[in-house]
Amino acid sequence: MNDDLRTIGSAGRPGRGNRRTSPSAAARDLAGGAPAGPARKKNGGERPRLRSVTDDDAAAAAAAAEETASGASGHDHEQHEPRLEELLSALLSGAQRLLGEDWEERLQGLTAGLAHRLSGDYAVDDFGYDPEVVALLDHLIEPIAEKWFRLEVRGIENIPSEGGALLVGNHSGTVPVDGVITGFAVRKHAQRSLRPLGADLVFALPFVSQLARKLGATLACADDAERLLTCGELAAVWPEGFKGVGKPYSERYKLQRFGRGGFVSAAMRAQVPIIPVSLVGAEEIYPLVGNIPSLARLLGVPYLPITPFFPWLGPLGMIPLPSKWIIEFGEPIRTDAYPAEAADDPMLLFNVTDQVRETIQQNLYALLSDRGNPFI
Amino acid sequence: MSRVVLVTGVADGAVARTARLIAERGAESGIEKVVGVDTTLPSHELGSVKFIRADIRTPVIGKVLAVEDVDTVVHLGVAPSSSRLRSTKELNVIGTMQVLAACQRSETLRKFVLGSSTAVYGTSPRDPAVWSESGTARGGIRSGYPKDTVEVEGYTRGFARRRPDVLVTILRMSQILSPRSSAPLAAYFRGPVLPSVLGFDPRLQFLHLADAMEVVRQAASHDRPGTFNVAGDGIMLLSQCARLLGKPTVPLPPVGLGSAFTRVARLVGTETSPDLHRLLTYGRVVDTTALRDIFGYEIRHSTRQTFASFAGALRPGLLHVGVR
Repeated sequence: MNDDLRTIGSAGRPGRGNRRTSPSAAARDLAGGAPAGPARKKNGGERPRLRSVTDDDAAAAAAAAEETASGASGHDHEQHEPRLEELLSALLSGAQRLLGEDWEERLQGLTAGLAHRLSGDYAVDDFGYDPEVVALLDHLIEPIAEKWFRLEVRGIENIPSEGGALLVGNHSGTVPVDGVITGFAVRKHAQRSLRPLGADLVFALPFVSQLARKLGATLACADDAERLLTCGELAAVWPEGFKGVGKPYSERYKLQRFGRGGFVSAAMRAQVPIIPVSLVGAEEIYPLVGNIPSLARLLGVPYLPITPFFPWLGPLGMIPLPSKWIIEFGEPIRTDAYPAEAADDPMLLFNVTDQVRETIQQNLYALLSDRGNPFI
Repeated sequence: MSRVVLVTGVADGAVARTARLIAERGAESGIEKVVGVDTTLPSHELGSVKFIRADIRTPVIGKVLAVEDVDTVVHLGVAPSSSRLRSTKELNVIGTMQVLAACQRSETLRKFVLGSSTAVYGTSPRDPAVWSESGTARGGIRSGYPKDTVEVEGYTRGFARRRPDVLVTILRMSQILSPRSSAPLAAYFRGPVLPSVLGFDPRLQFLHLADAMEVVRQAASHDRPGTFNVAGDGIMLLSQCARLLGKPTVPLPPVGLGSAFTRVARLVGTETSPDLHRLLTYGRVVDTTALRDIFGYEIRHSTRQTFASFAGALRPGLLHVGVR
């Protein structure tokens, strides 16, 4: 692995992948295997399209509305009253769809796990990372990532199989779903846990902070980043922060300012490579067309999004649009070639920061032209 | 060389036991006499420790230092506030100032050990996940015990600057859990139900009393200058603690700055302070590498072991299911 690492400026094309040994083709094979797995599909193996999904949703919503209306109106349609068997079979098919064909074993495993959890006798690490909760959540994330977003992963071989590395990615999507999906992709394809570094707001919000800690996230500060990296963990950081997540739809895929270069100094101090991560698709899930700054300030959040569907459709507007996602893990940028005192040289930090940013931006453009229409 | 150790705050049971431990094993390092001072009579047997009833908030402490030829001061008189003692702040901060003033005058003094707390790091969502000794608080130190510890440590550092010939050891102890402890967190866990903050599951760390006593003893008998975090290895989430105890948690919304929290806590018979409320919201974890590598002490009881032994001494809670 280490032989493939290249120092920036040494004629390598950091982050682009080596075209000759075609890692991206390999990555395509790898990612191509993923959609082949789910043979069970609602529409007979056809890829879900935006139109069909929304039609289904609308029909379902209409039916549900009719149901509640009939329930409310009382004795008009008594023949529509759901019977016990119907409910049971619906429940069973739901469980089957949610948990797969072997849902009974899975359910048994889940209940056994639940009893084990209830005794409180499980281990979490110093950061609060809880592998059991993560494994459980992956079952939920998997259909979202692979069926809804049709996630394609490229360049997974660029993630070292052991030792620390800092993943640096572009941030987008109004709600930081991209971090969760990146973590899922790394766990599934590289079999390693990913420790996201988040803003302090994440740890001030109820429920969000609790979940973030269990997922292994910690505060994006030099102390935590260096501690994780020197322990040999994979950490991920999105240096654009709220400027990236909360940017309007018109500025999609234009990288914002890349923090203050703190991530470069953390990687240099820990002597771990930086892996540029370019993610295409998250920009389209909640197209941000407006913002309510006054209300956002009142609530203490950096922005309050308005999308074409939120808040107009209420909870329905919170369903992300099914865009096509591609994650590309770029070629690692080595930092151990620099002397230890390089982390204190601001000019060098700025240069490396720009290099990483430029690499991700170029990869984004390449991926965008590769992908074409975001919703097909 | 005969050595005399002065221990403050011996009215507290844990401090009294620490003083006795120093006296019992003092012969190893040439400690001849241990003197304990406090304003009230100690509730525990002091053994060979000589008790002097003195108020550390008055200059009388200087006389004690001079008369007894004290060469090591172990200042353990900094305690978290409880509602019973309204004058805690007075005792913590003014007491420390008086002790340090007396120490600065003393000609025989060559070592000062401060029993501080990890409360000095404060508690806020901007905290790093794991504190090392070089960190400074980012929030949650504006009142109460955390503020006291920050001030006490500040005065101690000032003293260390003015008397560079005196070895200063600052021990930042994590939450000490022992069955007889009256510390706020121990009292909280004794309640029938545990009020918690809705949507937060704090990471907590506990320290076994035996480890705390041994660290203080080693600091008093050997030369270990510096600042060290002292805590059991590993962490526990509040939800894990509640399940191990078999006690239900009562999640309360985080709005209203803990007033609802305090009210419910009082309803179920436990006392809470704002800093405990913050701790139960954001949690706090410290790094003990320096204690292991520089101080040279290996913590014997992990956080989980400490909590298990604490829980074993309590009556099982309402929802107790596990096998003990």
